[in-house]
Amino acid sequence: MLNVEKIREDFPILKRKINNRQLIFLDSASTSQKPNQVIESIKNYYEMHNANPHRSIYQLCDEATQLYEDARKKVAKFINAKPEEIVFVRNTNEAMNLIMHSFALPKLHNPSEIIVSIMEHHANIVPWQLVRKNNGTKLNFIDLNEDGTLNLEQLNNSINRNTKIVSLTHVSNVLGTVNPVKEISKIVHENGSLFIVDGAQSVPHMTIDVHDIGCDFLAFSGHKMLAPMNIGVLYGRKEVLEEMEPFMVGGDMIKEVTTEGVIWNDIPWKFEAGTPNVEGAVGLSAAIDYLEKIGMENVREHEKELTQYALEKLSEVEDVQIYGPTNPEVKGGVVAFNVKGVHSHDVAYILNDFGIAVRSGHHCAMPLMKRLGIQSCARASFYIYNTKEEIDALIEGLEKVKMVFKL
Amino acid sequence: MIKEMYREIILERYKNPVNAGVVEDADVVVKDYNPTCGDVVEIQIKFNNGVVKDIKFQGHGCAISQASTDILIDSVKNKKIGDVIRITSEEFLKTLGIELSPLRLKCALLGLKILKTAVYSYLGAGGEI
Repeated sequence: MLNVEKIREDFPILKRKINNRQLIFLDSASTSQKPNQVIESIKNYYEMHNANPHRSIYQLCDEATQLYEDARKKVAKFINAKPEEIVFVRNTNEAMNLIMHSFALPKLHNPSEIIVSIMEHHANIVPWQLVRKNNGTKLNFIDLNEDGTLNLEQLNNSINRNTKIVSLTHVSNVLGTVNPVKEISKIVHENGSLFIVDGAQSVPHMTIDVHDIGCDFLAFSGHKMLAPMNIGVLYGRKEVLEEMEPFMVGGDMIKEVTTEGVIWNDIPWKFEAGTPNVEGAVGLSAAIDYLEKIGMENVREHEKELTQYALEKLSEVEDVQIYGPTNPEVKGGVVAFNVKGVHSHDVAYILNDFGIAVRSGHHCAMPLMKRLGIQSCARASFYIYNTKEEIDALIEGLEKVKMVFKL
Repeated sequence: MIKEMYREIILERYKNPVNAGVVEDADVVVKDYNPTCGDVVEIQIKFNNGVVKDIKFQGHGCAISQASTDILIDSVKNKKIGDVIRITSEEFLKTLGIELSPLRLKCALLGLKILKTAVYSYLGAGGEI
């Protein structure tokens, strides 16, 4: 079990007051807060080691290079990959764009097909729509079952010899649905297709082993797992990465440039053009240390408990509709809901008056909103620093929302 | 602040808008979005001799965006195009009479932004003032 009280002491922002109330941060699925350990690591990097890595032979440069490459090794170990399979990007969204530019656009043509699901974040929809527009490929959407889980039967029926890519989220950022990616990976690979996993909502919250899952790509963002913004990761299976063309070109990603042409650097540097985000990598490394000290199994257990509690409490509130699975075993720490007759932005705005931060809107998942028959919803999401008392405060806040709207 | 923002008139107009609907023979139809909130408003206008003859809106979104559009339409019905163009954000916010945070200003001013776009696109297409 987590010592949440002790964990909370590591997060300075949790002491902040919003509208004279203690901040209750229930929006970690958007971005997590940062512990002192991460903040200090970045400060220390700039105070002691800052230089442009991979470029010179003086000591600071050597240290900066070491820190950057050590971070890569740490990420690799964290998800059971090889360091050369870890490409640093800005975020999950950029990782998807990298796959689009370096794999899908050059290799897929009519009658190739791509499969995604209706619960995807726009980051895992729009790149494939662009491939469809440019290359005439087909894009198929897998639907949900009534309980908010993925319709695996439909996936089985849709996949065919033209299917080149299946790209699915591991955990839905709205429904919280945990998709059985290991099982899906088998289906996809038996068909000879490539399997991309959007891990933005799973890597920060549970043990991830890319070999166990068997995926070809896994994308995730540092800022959702205690690290700074603008450092993200694309894991790519070595054999696949080696076959791919670079994403962005320029400095640091080449071996030799002559006036006639260029020889690309080896993976993963081939995909990292320009001065990298060393402070981000350093922060991510510290974040992984922090999470590993707690233990990812414990993180998951804590969130399961909070999710169970939130589902129980929310279902007791009249006029509240909950979306997604109600079984915490197949649900991440994400609970989406609406108060009947009140727009989610009004819900979030009134909750803010009580210092409570929840996300509202379409959550960059407009096709899912349409599928659910709603325009928007509110979402509470949990992490290692959240407590049951905060969920109680949320419930109290929702009663206030109903009062304001005279429900 | 919450009480002041969700005044009776805002809640009433959100729940029961009086200017919601469609203008069948509209001269101009403009729809726009507030991407942060996901508010959507479409305004339809029929002009006659340089005057707003009929105007209605449809949309969905937060209480502020929908109610403020409904209230805005009250104030421009039968008004001359020249007067509609001259409505400033500050004036309209005064009419609304609610205090708003910077993010919510976008909600409150969505209707006015669309109204202005609609009037200018009507004039741009050769509509008489």
